[in-house]
Amino acid sequence: MTDQAQLLPGTLDLLILRTVSLGPLHGYGILLRIGQISGNALLIEQGALYPGLFRLVRQGLLKASWGTSENNRRAKFYELTAAGRKRLREETASWNRLATAIACALAEQPEEA
Amino acid sequence: MTLAAWLRLRTAAIFSRSSLNAEMDEELRSHIAHRADDLVGSGMERAQAERRARIELGSCEKYKEEIHQAGGGNFIFTAFQDLRYSLRVLLKSPGFTVVAVLTLALGIGANAFVFAVLNAFFLRPLNVPEGQSLYAIQRGNDNYIIQSYPDYLDLRDRNRSFDALAAYSILQGGLDTGKDPSHVWFYGVSGNYFDALGIHPYLGRLIQPSDERGTNSAPYIVLSYAFWHSQFQDDRSVVGRVVRLNKHPYTILGVTPPRFRGTLLFFSPDFFAPLVNQQQLVGWADPNDRGNRWVFEVLGHLKAGVTPAQAAADLSSVGSYLHQHYPKDDDQSTFSLVRPGLHGDFFAPAIRAFLAGLMLLAGLILLAACANLGTLFAARAADRGREVALRLALGSSRTRILRQLLTEAILISIAGGVIGLAGSVSLLHRLSNWNPFPQFPMSIPASPDARVYLVALALALVSGFLFGIVPIRQVLRSNPYEVVKAGSSAKLGRRISVRDVLLVVQIAICAILVTSSLVAVRGLMRSMHTSFGFDPQNVILVDTDLKMAGYSEDKMPAMQRRMIDAMLAIPGVTAAGLVDTPPLHMGWGVADVFAETATDLRPANAVAQAIKYKVSSEYMRAARTSLLMGRNISLHDDMHAPHVAVVNREFARRILGSEAGALGRHYKLPDGTLIEVVGIVEDGKYTANLAEAPQAAMFLSILQNPVSESCLVVRSSRDPGQLAAAIRSSLRGLDSGLPAFLQTWNEEMNGALFGSRMATLSLGVLGLLGAMLSITGIFGMAAYSVSKRLRELGIRMALGAQRKEVLRAALARPVILLVSGSIAGLFLGLLATRVLAYIVYQASPRDPLVLAGAVGAMVLLGLLATWIPAQRALSVNPMILLREE
Repeated sequence: MTDQAQLLPGTLDLLILRTVSLGPLHGYGILLRIGQISGNALLIEQGALYPGLFRLVRQGLLKASWGTSENNRRAKFYELTAAGRKRLREETASWNRLATAIACALAEQPEEA
Repeated sequence: MTLAAWLRLRTAAIFSRSSLNAEMDEELRSHIAHRADDLVGSGMERAQAERRARIELGSCEKYKEEIHQAGGGNFIFTAFQDLRYSLRVLLKSPGFTVVAVLTLALGIGANAFVFAVLNAFFLRPLNVPEGQSLYAIQRGNDNYIIQSYPDYLDLRDRNRSFDALAAYSILQGGLDTGKDPSHVWFYGVSGNYFDALGIHPYLGRLIQPSDERGTNSAPYIVLSYAFWHSQFQDDRSVVGRVVRLNKHPYTILGVTPPRFRGTLLFFSPDFFAPLVNQQQLVGWADPNDRGNRWVFEVLGHLKAGVTPAQAAADLSSVGSYLHQHYPKDDDQSTFSLVRPGLHGDFFAPAIRAFLAGLMLLAGLILLAACANLGTLFAARAADRGREVALRLALGSSRTRILRQLLTEAILISIAGGVIGLAGSVSLLHRLSNWNPFPQFPMSIPASPDARVYLVALALALVSGFLFGIVPIRQVLRSNPYEVVKAGSSAKLGRRISVRDVLLVVQIAICAILVTSSLVAVRGLMRSMHTSFGFDPQNVILVDTDLKMAGYSEDKMPAMQRRMIDAMLAIPGVTAAGLVDTPPLHMGWGVADVFAETATDLRPANAVAQAIKYKVSSEYMRAARTSLLMGRNISLHDDMHAPHVAVVNREFARRILGSEAGALGRHYKLPDGTLIEVVGIVEDGKYTANLAEAPQAAMFLSILQNPVSESCLVVRSSRDPGQLAAAIRSSLRGLDSGLPAFLQTWNEEMNGALFGSRMATLSLGVLGLLGAMLSITGIFGMAAYSVSKRLRELGIRMALGAQRKEVLRAALARPVILLVSGSIAGLFLGLLATRVLAYIVYQASPRDPLVLAGAVGAMVLLGLLATWIPAQRALSVNPMILLREE
């Protein structure tokens, strides 16, 4: 547990968009995929995912449809819309800029006297 | 959007919420199933796996709520839910609810009432078409609004700013429609009056400019709707009928519409007659004398695009013209425009100041009520700390809880507002029908309109919000983590002590008001039994004006003699006399008195002023004014005899040096008449104020000073109703065209007692409001203190404390506040009544009954306010309490 990082506020949306960009997924699938691609380094409260999904659908970035999962169960699948794809590109770029800037700032060594 | 469409949309939203709920449930179930599948795959039992999956997911309700929030929530649905819950909670504690609703009802009702009157007088334009652009004109120098008729004509014809300038005056007369002649009040109006105001006839036609063809050329009248309704029973055939007005034949032209009630707000006329005929009707209105100002008010609509300032400048240039051409009658004067309806700056400033003061007071009362209710609400929130914590733990958001508390507050304030508004509307209705002076057709047209309802609603919402947010800090603190972190109550203690001061002040003010209203009531009761210098019991006063029946001055004394004899001939009448205006009437005559030897009779040389009465020989006996020395006015004191007077003791003492030496002395009146004092009577009350200082008064012979308007004083042992009928039939026998106004002397004196009655009434109302404030204040504090210390009280009881001790612990603080506030208030109240003595006759604070009454009232108030909290403190069951906490 201790080596898992809390999500920064606002990053959950980006993660969801990224995960779904690889193909339609249902809610539990998204959770699993985030775990996989982050090497189980990111902790997401299971239930907290759903308000996030709902928000993205409402903003028109995701669209949802009911289907059957690999376990042969009914599940709601989410996929990116065009707007979602565009937003993902923008957010990724801006995240990278921020991450680079922060990394630079942290890499700077204080001048020793 | 129509209401139906809106409702459909909202109901759809509520249904969509439930379908959304179902979909979310299914999705979350699917999540749990998938998770359980995985867990089973890793070797877990199915049932255990499902349970584990549910626990990992957490509270579904919380996420569903978050999803609703993320979707902007559903305002109506939430509000509906809050409303239902609030209603249930409020009905569970009816004592609290009733106190809170009543407090607000009083506070909001008082505000709505005062605002409605303010609205009627100042905010609402006169009820004529386009009333916004209607202005009256007044002379700038002395703000004199009354003009002479020739000046009016010049202003009308020479200005370039008004569509038309109309004029009117207020007159009284006798109207004979073939039945009993009645005393009526009417407007004399210029020919263009109705055209200028844009009033169209309800029936027939109205007075027109073409009706005016010189002095006394237009014998027409137009009835007001109300008068037509009450006197002619809506008879549509009255148009064209001839009636007699002061004995002159006048033709009824038509009826004005119901909504038009004249152009003076509180004085609606019975009918309208042409201004050009005024001289015929009243005698004194000379239409050709530029120096004689009698046109009551000149008013009109501004032309489109003309500002009041431009119009005033325009009128002032007419003013300069008048000054150049008629320097004797018109001094250099500017003009200004004022809102019509309150007779310019004559009534308006006093009424405005009075109403503004009342409004401020009402606002403060409402504010204090909100503060008190806030305390009460805080007490409840403290009681409900557990409930709030539980709801928070179950996943309710803090906003939702605050919203629900606020819904409760607003629900109470709306209920209070509705009750308060209903109360004030019924009071306003009574105010509109109330006339303290039946001789005048006065009314206060304070019917509420949309603006009043809106203000009341806004006040209700704002006050609900105000006291609703008081407990917010408490709710925010009721987070268990924060309670642990924050060492709580240093700040809280200070806030309570500010509240203490506020409460003491409120109680003190309440005690002052209670004391002074009791003093006023006692004074009023005593003044009914004081010595007036006459005896108003068993007397009927008969007001007549012989001019209304067309008598010339030389015929008046004989007619008045016949009237007195006719009264004396009625069986049961013991005395009857005549006086020009009775004492304590709304109007009285005052004259300068000069020394016998004075030759320069300018006001500055007067020895003193005295109140002047003109009486017949029998007046003193009829009024029961005792003669102390000398003789009464007699029948022989007529035009052929030397002028004489009977004076009161104060006159003799102050003006003639001594009572004993006064008989036979002489003095002069401003017109030079030398008068001999022939008798001395007791002192009395004369002006319409019972609290007046002793006044000098003289009684002259009516035969030597003839007047047309006079008052018969008829004393009898008979029932006033029967006697009045007998008087009327007897007067009809003398002259069927003479209108008379009858009332008992006690009724007539209502005018004189008006000031003290109003003072008593307003003090009473204020006292009631103050009591209500104190009750809620003490109630709130006591309830708060009990609920804060409930556990302590329980422990004390468990340890064997007596009821008395429990009560002392729970209520000591509010009771101390009550007692100290009351003592301060009683003391200040007794001081304040010295001021009251100027308005209310014989208002004395040194009265054991007043003191006992005030103390009793405060004790009662304290009992009322602490009753419920005390019951609660006593009913603490230590076992239950200790188990719960």
